[in-house]
Amino acid sequence: MSTVVLLTLTGLGLAALYFLVASGLALVFGLADVLNFAHGLFLSVGAYGTWWASGNLPGAGASGWGFVLAVIFGVVCGTVVAALVELVLIRPLYSRTIEQVLVTVGLSLAGVALLQASWGADPRTYPRPQWTQELTEVAGARVPNDRFLLIGAAVIVLAGLLAFLKFTRIGLVIRAGVEDRSMVTALGIDVRRAFTLVFAIGGAAAALAGALGGVYAGSISPTGGSSLLIFGFIVVVIGGMGSVVGAAYAAVAVGLLQQFVNYTSPGLGDICVVALLAIVLLIRPQGITGKVATS
Amino acid sequence: MLRIEGLSAWHGEAQVLRDVDLFVERGEVVTLCGRNGAGKTTLLRCVMGLHGNQTGAVHLDGDDITARKVHQRARRGLGWVPDDRGAYATLTVAEHLTLPPVVGPAPWSLEQVHEAFPALYTRRASPATKLSGGEQQMLALARVLRMGATVLLCDEPTEGLSPLLVQQVGEILRRAKALGVTVLLVEQNIHFATTVADRHYLLAEGRIVGHFDNTDIHSREADLLAHLGI
Repeated sequence: MSTVVLLTLTGLGLAALYFLVASGLALVFGLADVLNFAHGLFLSVGAYGTWWASGNLPGAGASGWGFVLAVIFGVVCGTVVAALVELVLIRPLYSRTIEQVLVTVGLSLAGVALLQASWGADPRTYPRPQWTQELTEVAGARVPNDRFLLIGAAVIVLAGLLAFLKFTRIGLVIRAGVEDRSMVTALGIDVRRAFTLVFAIGGAAAALAGALGGVYAGSISPTGGSSLLIFGFIVVVIGGMGSVVGAAYAAVAVGLLQQFVNYTSPGLGDICVVALLAIVLLIRPQGITGKVATS
Repeated sequence: MLRIEGLSAWHGEAQVLRDVDLFVERGEVVTLCGRNGAGKTTLLRCVMGLHGNQTGAVHLDGDDITARKVHQRARRGLGWVPDDRGAYATLTVAEHLTLPPVVGPAPWSLEQVHEAFPALYTRRASPATKLSGGEQQMLALARVLRMGATVLLCDEPTEGLSPLLVQQVGEILRRAKALGVTVLLVEQNIHFATTVADRHYLLAEGRIVGHFDNTDIHSREADLLAHLGI
């Protein structure tokens, strides 16, 4: 029983990371039709930003509020980079899919190279506040606290995103734009203005995933963003391109499946995730929810 | 008011509009009739800026808006009522009516909309795609009236509606016209067209082949019906 609880909470922690990566990808793809292969860069920027700030930013540190400040710094960095990428590189290329793929793939490679040039290719030890390493007993299982941190962060981001989409005017425009963009423009709304915002929100969520993923893994490396991005894409496709809630369901399915299969047959978890993707594509090609931002 | 000059448009290699000229005066209701595939919807989409591959010019209130983007045209007062009604599954009826900005001098208030379309009030909290076809059509019309659009581009608003609902659409269009709104209407139903419109253009194979007013239309009905294939 305690093993099941530990696997479940660890799987949900992983699901939280996947969701943080996938929610931004889903909104960007749903609204702007951009397959953003540079999304992993935002994650790396968040991770490295937090790591750098914990050692160098006045007031920031590796524990307590100092660490919170370091995470905020990392998230702000990821948000700013995402907004700049949209404004400078993506904006001139809307509706030119091939060029977008080339630019975002190129940017993700260049980002890795830049991080390597700045801080080396080897993994860096990541600051882990004491509390995250302590254990909490849940139904007989001793669970590391970082799982709760990840799950809590993802739940807050999910609730915040849904409230933003449901109760704000720009959220209304985004929901409509994800469903039918040309109709929104025909109603006199310049939907491209929302693109930068959606990129920035996605960048912030990915940067948070990077910052908290470092706590979970204990170290960060320049290529860490790309490997999480692959699972982010799988989650987006399973959830339904453009759906935040679908991404949440799919992230939970992928995280739990991966953990439980890896426990019983080590190494098979990733293969099972790809098999799940194939089954969903065969049975329900539109994903769990279809292309609808909030359902 | 709305003037189209030398408009040609293509779907890939195929030319669907050939050198079309037409005009609609302020406060006029003008229909575009023609068989399926004559180019009526493409013509409306060109006016709205939604069709990419086109040449020619579109003037609104004397200004050339050919180079304007879709949202800028809407801001200039063009109200788009598409044939698929453009209803969103994730937005409630009430949200549909608050989504678009006000673009004209005389937007309908929510009270006016609810008085003219009572069903939209009773179903204000429903997702718009749960409405009946007729209610979705009313919503599409209400949305552009709420914007205060001065020129409505309506693509077959009566298609698939019951005779009672067709009458209601007619009443709304006549009421809009009485308030000075201009309407360019794609319509297959000639009898309905004569009850709301002042003039009619007949489109065949991408060309304007006839121009009638309501007195002509009765005397040339046989000619017209032959063109429409009825």
